[in-house]
Amino acid sequence: MERNDPRSRSDAYGSRINRSHSVSLANVVPWASIVVGSILPIFPIASALPIVPPLGLLMLLAWRLVRPGLMPVWAGMPLGLVDDLFNGQPFGFAIVTWSLVMIAVELIETRLPWRTFWQDWFTACILIFGYLFAGWLLSGAQPTIHSLIALIPQLVLTVLIFPIFARLVAMLDRFRLTRWKAL
Amino acid sequence: MAPTSSRRSGYSRRAQYNLFTGYVIAGVGALIGAILLALSFFQPQLFGGLRGAAQDGISPATQTASTVRTGSKGFWDTISGYYRAGSKNAALKREMEIARIRLAEADAVKQENVQLKGLLNLKDAETEPVAVARLVGSSASSTRRFAYLGAGSNDGVEIGMPVRSPRGVIGRILEVSSGSSRVLLLTDTESILPVRRSKDEVVAFAEGRGDGLIRIRLINLGINPLKPGDVFVTSGAGGYYPPGIAVAILTETTDDGGVARIISDPAATGYVSVEPIYEPEAVLGAETPIERELTD
Repeated sequence: MERNDPRSRSDAYGSRINRSHSVSLANVVPWASIVVGSILPIFPIASALPIVPPLGLLMLLAWRLVRPGLMPVWAGMPLGLVDDLFNGQPFGFAIVTWSLVMIAVELIETRLPWRTFWQDWFTACILIFGYLFAGWLLSGAQPTIHSLIALIPQLVLTVLIFPIFARLVAMLDRFRLTRWKAL
Repeated sequence: MAPTSSRRSGYSRRAQYNLFTGYVIAGVGALIGAILLALSFFQPQLFGGLRGAAQDGISPATQTASTVRTGSKGFWDTISGYYRAGSKNAALKREMEIARIRLAEADAVKQENVQLKGLLNLKDAETEPVAVARLVGSSASSTRRFAYLGAGSNDGVEIGMPVRSPRGVIGRILEVSSGSSRVLLLTDTESILPVRRSKDEVVAFAEGRGDGLIRIRLINLGINPLKPGDVFVTSGAGGYYPPGIAVAILTETTDDGGVARIISDPAATGYVSVEPIYEPEAVLGAETPIERELTD
């Protein structure tokens, strides 16, 4: 017999009959993807300029802004600790900046409850700008005007890449909540 | 997007406490981070062990990636060689480039030989590299210019040892863990290297500017004798680097020296060698405070 709508028993996360979400996957995916984002900038060898965007922070911001309420406010501390092991800044830099970023997003969300993607992008822009500027100021070396100018390509790239990360997080979120066959 | 209702705790005591605790932990986390940051400003090597362990932990992935990176670079060289006039041409070109640098270094050696002519019974032993390894990664998203090396204290690498490629100086070992180490690249703003012009005795400091270029600062101020195209080699002062390794080539002159480009780009090198500290006694002398006696 032919059904009118073959997808009538399923939604965006798959079929609903005899299937359920995986609790571990739903909990692990956001944290794991941010940690992977922290490790990835190690791989390219950038000898002249800081050209790779801070992918860990981008991932954190994307999860926080695309899926509000999922990451707790204090998530900046443990994730920043992991990022500090790989980012090349003085230890503690990511802990303090990521914590402040999470608190800042929380405050912005309280002030502007109804937002669209453009406002989220703008929020991310400002926070990324602050993060990179703080990184230049607190790098452990003498901050020079040349290294500040060298920051501009990274800043532009990071701001432009944020929408891609937002889509990536949306994809990961669908994967996170996929239904698997329950026995 | 609609605001989430999770922030509204309503009348539930449990929800209210949870929410409040979350904010408190977030604030305390930021505070702990600030304290750690302040600590690592005063003691930069304090958390080196943690960082080293993390580097060792991901070394299977970084080693594989660096193998692929150097392999694919060779592949592209061959392709582009065929595109021009066969792979032989590419190899010859690379060889000639190194020969040109060697020529500049040979000038330095010749000059040094003139100085040493009168001295007899000088031991001039060839130094063996401590370790030969790949650069496996770098701090690509940070303002600082560090690279990670696939050899550590297990291979005999120690803090302060110079790192060089066939083309010239790469940097200096900053932190060592068992299987990997952190290299301070020449382009970092904290890197200062005593150099001299390859053809004469003009001595200067080569400092990283933080944007990939090197600032050459002359020690003897006066009329600036530098010209674009001058090659700078290590002078051997300070005791870390052996004299006569190519460092940078001048691109423009300024009042107190000039701006130079590094000769040996870490991103373009396959293997690098770690060499022993050239004169450990000189390094020890430089590190000893003036108040304390150097000899017994």
